[in-house]
Amino acid sequence: MRRWTSVLRTPLGLAATTLSVAVLLLAVVAPILWTDDADAVDTGNILAGPSGDHWAGTDNLGRDIFYRTLVATRLSVELALSATVIAVVAGLVLGTAAFLLGRRPGRVVSAGINIAVAFPGILLALFFAVIFGVGATGAVFAIGLAGAPAFGRLTQTLVAGIASRDFVSAAQVAGVGRVRILFRHVLPNIAEPLVVNATISAGGALLAFAGLSFLGLGVQQPAYDWGRLLMDGVQSIYVNPAAAFAPGTAVLVAGLAFNLFGESVAKALGVGVVGGIPALPRVPEALEAEEVAGEVHHQHDDVVLDVRDLEVTFPGPQGPIRPVRGISFAVRRGEAVGIVGESGSGKSLTALAVSKLVGDPGRVDASRLELLGTDLRAADTRAQRQLLGTSLSMVFQDPMTSFNPTQRMGGQLAEVARHHQGLDRKAALGRAVDRLRSVRITEPEQRAHQYPHEFSGGMRQRAMIGMGLMGTPALIVADEPTTALDVTVQQQVLDLLAAIREAEDVALVLISHDVTVVGEVCDRVLVMYAGKIVEDLPASDLAAGARHPYTRALVAAVPDMDTDLDEPLAVIPGRPVDPADVPVGCAYAPRCPLATDRCRVEQPPLETDAAGRRVACWHAGEPVDVAIHDRAGSYEEVEVP
Amino acid sequence: MNDLRFEDVTVRFGQTTAVDGVSLTVPAGQVVGLVGESGSGKSTLARAAVGLAPMQGGRVLLDGAPVPTKGRNRPLQMVFQDPYSSLDPRMSIGESIAEAMPRGGSRAGRRTEVERLLELVHLDPTRSGARPSELSGGQRQRVALARALAGRPAVVIADEITSALDVSIQGAVLNLVRELQRELGLSMLFISHNLAVVRYVATHVAVMHHGRIVEEGPTAQVLAAPDHDYTRELLAAVPGNNQGSRTPR
Repeated sequence: MRRWTSVLRTPLGLAATTLSVAVLLLAVVAPILWTDDADAVDTGNILAGPSGDHWAGTDNLGRDIFYRTLVATRLSVELALSATVIAVVAGLVLGTAAFLLGRRPGRVVSAGINIAVAFPGILLALFFAVIFGVGATGAVFAIGLAGAPAFGRLTQTLVAGIASRDFVSAAQVAGVGRVRILFRHVLPNIAEPLVVNATISAGGALLAFAGLSFLGLGVQQPAYDWGRLLMDGVQSIYVNPAAAFAPGTAVLVAGLAFNLFGESVAKALGVGVVGGIPALPRVPEALEAEEVAGEVHHQHDDVVLDVRDLEVTFPGPQGPIRPVRGISFAVRRGEAVGIVGESGSGKSLTALAVSKLVGDPGRVDASRLELLGTDLRAADTRAQRQLLGTSLSMVFQDPMTSFNPTQRMGGQLAEVARHHQGLDRKAALGRAVDRLRSVRITEPEQRAHQYPHEFSGGMRQRAMIGMGLMGTPALIVADEPTTALDVTVQQQVLDLLAAIREAEDVALVLISHDVTVVGEVCDRVLVMYAGKIVEDLPASDLAAGARHPYTRALVAAVPDMDTDLDEPLAVIPGRPVDPADVPVGCAYAPRCPLATDRCRVEQPPLETDAAGRRVACWHAGEPVDVAIHDRAGSYEEVEVP
Repeated sequence: MNDLRFEDVTVRFGQTTAVDGVSLTVPAGQVVGLVGESGSGKSTLARAAVGLAPMQGGRVLLDGAPVPTKGRNRPLQMVFQDPYSSLDPRMSIGESIAEAMPRGGSRAGRRTEVERLLELVHLDPTRSGARPSELSGGQRQRVALARALAGRPAVVIADEITSALDVSIQGAVLNLVRELQRELGLSMLFISHNLAVVRYVATHVAVMHHGRIVEEGPTAQVLAAPDHDYTRELLAAVPGNNQGSRTPR
């Protein structure tokens, strides 16, 4: 409901709503108030021009055209709405028939709709007008049925979209009948776009009606609607232009009102409630010195990426939301650093911030953010883009969406080299083929001419890595590169990343929710929770040497080939922290078996030990009770939003 | 006795044969793991069993009789991979579960049953009015399990039910699966591409590759001494498992 009221928040939406309500109101009251005025014949004053008594003049019987226009509102709107109802109902029947009838008969229906859609609407309307006979009823059916195919097509597309969702399959498996599925699951989920389109088509029907009546195929004497008035007015347009102008304006205003109303509703529903959220101030706030900056103890030339006090902030309805809350780390040449954490821990945003990919309305703050010694906080310059384009490469989770489906793979890879290294087309394509070969894609010459859909998921992900290697990257940032892939393919991609790192001395930042994946590839692991680093440790220590209870819980939660089959798997109770509502003290405390009163009040600092490992916990290293094991009998997570 | 038997099941989509003459038995009260890569046909096999994919050949039998794929009270229920798409966003979780329950019974009786099912999957029964959007991924998958159980099925097919979840939540769902299976004596076909997960829940395992079952047997035996090359490849690919072809770092 809130989304519907948001229609009123834009000036256009407010105007369109007011106008539509005014038209509907007029349709109701005008005939009650002014029928007598509109029907009063004054033979002494026919075809008169506008005057004080008759604002739009009179017709050939001396009747007041202004009042007639007002009174005609009801019939015009009524006819338009009835036609719309017919179009919507017929369209719904046609559009859902394919779903109800099953595969084969459904195809026949769709073919029928497709053919009907191809006919111009006005032609269909004329055809039906001839069949149903000249008159208002005929015209209503004509316009209604002429609008049905378009509406049917829309319904059919929307229904098909919902019908492919798993909850429809689930209902089918549960034995729910098709009609019931249609009314319970499908229609409620497509109601919004249908309502919006019905409103817009009401405006269209109004115009179509005016057109039919104007042609003499619609409303017949003595009844009159705007189209009829327009037709009469046009005959005497040289005597009294206002006689055509008044109904013409009415058609225009009412048509616009319905159309704009529909459009504003569509916009409001489609965009959501973003409009009400204030943007972030442009001037960066002073960084909170809440956290002792992690000692970056290897301040040498071989630091590829140096990040200090990184924060990412988004505007929210209740004030700024900060999913990344001040993290510091450095990555050296050739080093592989893993970042692990649950969904919402801020790990992906960290990667995006490092690559300068956090777009509006998000904001990135840091006291230091350097790639190869270049400050990335500075404004966007050509040199900086060049650096990012050639020295940093990014691998995303979903290889399906990372490529343009309409371009050949070779060309997409070559574009990088042409843009950043100024190679000509042939040299760039040559390098693309070479890079595809380097990521172990067989027959790279032929493959370069293929489109993304001809590549399997694993190949596409390797090609994505190959694209990152078009420059001479010093750092590869891979955000969940294998989550969408099968285990066997995952292994190939991980092996590839490890091999590239070794061969080209590239640093790697690997982000994953799976601690085993990170442990397998990386030297060092950063564990993130609620936008902060809670532990920084060598990957070899993950299994036995982790000190933060969260790290230990993450490691224990993943079954491996040696997991004890007689014990329940370890679970982390509760749910991850909502970035909009981070508790005071240690954010992990509500889920932590070691938590004490201090944890709930005071946030533990990220402390560095002699070996360079970092941990933020008041109880680091204390033995964790087996109580984190399954809590059978208790409810998982009880939280009222 | 609730044993589910696939006999020579074949599913084709146009020219492509997704499932090629598969025969497989899920014995009563047992969990059979079905592993294989994407596109190996394991999900299609499951969908064919519940009538969501057309079979071109073969039969699916429950206790020797063909499994009904039409009408209410179906003995075969399925839990889907993506808990974000398998629950109707417009319906409360209680309504979703109630919909899958057998027809009839009083309103109060149905509500009690919904509460019992929610409790069974360790969700707060007072929250049956919640919309899916208020729940986490793990909670949604619990609701999906409760809905599958609402139809009082003899056999449940779980199609990659943990692969859309964070590993931290995966454990809780797997524990629940084992617990439910033991308490209710369910027969189950558990589909996954992760051998470590299958090892944890399944007593038997079948390996599917290019639409065919290439290896089958008790889980411990297949994992300890795999016969087929593809099984060995799968084993080597389990993260953190270095006994395969990879050199440990």
